[in-house]
Amino acid sequence: MSTTMTNVQKLSLVQAVTDGLRTMMKERKEVIVMGEDVGKNGGVFRATEGLMEEFGEDRVIDTPLSEAGIVGTGIGLALNGFLPVVEMQFLGFIYPAFEQIMTHATRIRMRTLGKYSVPMVIRAPYGAGIRAPEIHSDSVEALFTHMPGIKVVCPSNPYDAKGLLIASIEDPDPVLFMESMRCYRSTKAEVPTGKYTVEIGKANVLTEGEDVTIFAWGAMVVIAEKAAAEFKKKNISCEVVDLRTLYPLDKETISASIQKTGRAVIIHEAHATGGVGSDLIGLINDTSFLYLKAPIERVTGYDVPVPFSALEDHYVPTVQRLVKAIDKVIHF
Amino acid sequence: MEPFKMIRYMDEQGNKQDIEGAEAITEDLAKAMFEKMTLVRTFDRKAISLQRQGRLGTYAPFEGQEAAQVGSASALKGEDWLFPTYRDHAATITFGHSLPRVFLYWNGRVEGCVAPEGKHIFPPAVPIATQLPHATGAALAEKWKGTDNAAIVYFGDGATSEGDFHEGMNFASVFKAPVVFFNQNNQYAISVHISRQMNSETIAQKSVAYGIPGVRVDGNDIFAVHFETKKALERARRGEGPTLIEAVTWRYGAHTTADDPTKYRDQEASVQKRPQIDPLLRLERFMKNEGYWDQDWAEEVRKKCTETIESAVAEMESFPEPNVEDIFDYVFEKPTWTIQQQKEEYLQLLRGNQG
Repeated sequence: MSTTMTNVQKLSLVQAVTDGLRTMMKERKEVIVMGEDVGKNGGVFRATEGLMEEFGEDRVIDTPLSEAGIVGTGIGLALNGFLPVVEMQFLGFIYPAFEQIMTHATRIRMRTLGKYSVPMVIRAPYGAGIRAPEIHSDSVEALFTHMPGIKVVCPSNPYDAKGLLIASIEDPDPVLFMESMRCYRSTKAEVPTGKYTVEIGKANVLTEGEDVTIFAWGAMVVIAEKAAAEFKKKNISCEVVDLRTLYPLDKETISASIQKTGRAVIIHEAHATGGVGSDLIGLINDTSFLYLKAPIERVTGYDVPVPFSALEDHYVPTVQRLVKAIDKVIHF
Repeated sequence: MEPFKMIRYMDEQGNKQDIEGAEAITEDLAKAMFEKMTLVRTFDRKAISLQRQGRLGTYAPFEGQEAAQVGSASALKGEDWLFPTYRDHAATITFGHSLPRVFLYWNGRVEGCVAPEGKHIFPPAVPIATQLPHATGAALAEKWKGTDNAAIVYFGDGATSEGDFHEGMNFASVFKAPVVFFNQNNQYAISVHISRQMNSETIAQKSVAYGIPGVRVDGNDIFAVHFETKKALERARRGEGPTLIEAVTWRYGAHTTADDPTKYRDQEASVQKRPQIDPLLRLERFMKNEGYWDQDWAEEVRKKCTETIESAVAEMESFPEPNVEDIFDYVFEKPTWTIQQQKEEYLQLLRGNQG
């Protein structure tokens, strides 16, 4: 027990991110952290707090306010021996860097037949629900899952955040690492102090169930668990699957769950059209169509720009909306 | 004196200018530059001819820009980095890219992006100006690793309108990256004249905003290009940061073989100014003035270049057929299951078709 106590610490998701960065910066001198305000200020969410003091200004670098410059320079560093972890202050600010990611980061390995690669991690806080200003709340993971050459990772809890971040830094290819701002400080959990990884591409069955599977990631995992708890009272058991990685999806875990429960509801706060939910339905269709007892339901953000904060609660999926969708598939 | 006066080591008649550094021009250097420029011009003309015959795809010619590219790339040393655009084959060839591979690139083969082992030559950047931040990053990596290697990055006048031009330059100046920003101002971005690109008199002056040196050279004067680039690289190696070089030049032909320059400019005027500006003719006049010229030697150089290019074409055309698995195998270090599954399905389909 005491051994366990010394090997874990209670951390919030954002602290787990910092701990993951620190762990890898200690282990690999090639790991550098770059972005706006990541140095002296420790990041606007404090995700890089203390790292500049610990590792110096040469490894924790306050950059000009320039997303394309950060990602583009990061690409150059990555192809010449460094392991940059660059921060987009918000996922909604990634658009100026979109070209760099789409036209270069994702294809340098392919264009050089493996001579050069871009082992870079792009960290990006995302999502609605914290009353951030306009543009700050976007959840546009599908823009990146669509593009071959980059992996997309989205942890929902502190343990996964640290383990997935370390796996992302060690991944030889670019990774978009999405951090739910809503999850940053909502809970604390036990996180091992040393180095460990959570494999990219593996989903996590958080709650086992028999009647319906709820697929979720990031902040929506919390909603999914709340809905599952509601149904438990009614003797309906929901399996909650936290996808954790959005590209590549975990085909085995997803199909095994569907083949067990026969029903699925997907919840994501991103817009519905062309969202990761559509891919999930495609995957289930490919692997498990004949196991389905009801059409798959989706609960998503609407196909509208994420509204200003006064109306954002009307946009983000709620427990109520999810409960309604689960009822629909159960009583089909 | 104008702050960004055009630097010349020789005038249009090939007369050596009274300028510091010009005394370093030797007969050997002049001959080496003539050989390299002749080689790349032969390459360029051959590529156009192959495209016309359907033996190459669309091609971006550089005739007229040989001095800018050869002069600058020949100032690099072994471990440096070169980030080209799709019009900078003269630079990549000068720095040691393989001729058959450069042809292969225009034949739609990804192998054409791969420079010889140990040569840091990047695939041509297709979007505009996006390669500037890469050069900054690669150069910073060299600086932080403690080497004295530098990077050079090529871009055209149109690139100066893009955000990444400013972002790359700004990063490099803030962090004192050992990088040379080498602009070839050939005065047209496809069909748009530079007067529509910018309202500033020169590109070199844009360096002022970043607090770095800006140099404006006659891009058709190979010695000016060569020695000014060398100075900028030395400055970078000493840890003094980036330099912006504007090489004022001219492309005689189209933007690409898919484009018709007569639609946007007077091609007759272009032909008429050729005797004044052509970098090879100017070097020839210089060599004659200096007593370096030997007609038989020049004929021999031209003959050798033709043979080299012909043999590169033969090598390109006898290159093994492309391997379809390549399109699946290099997206990630290890293919994801989706890619693996798609690859297997497609290969099975191909085998079925053959069987």
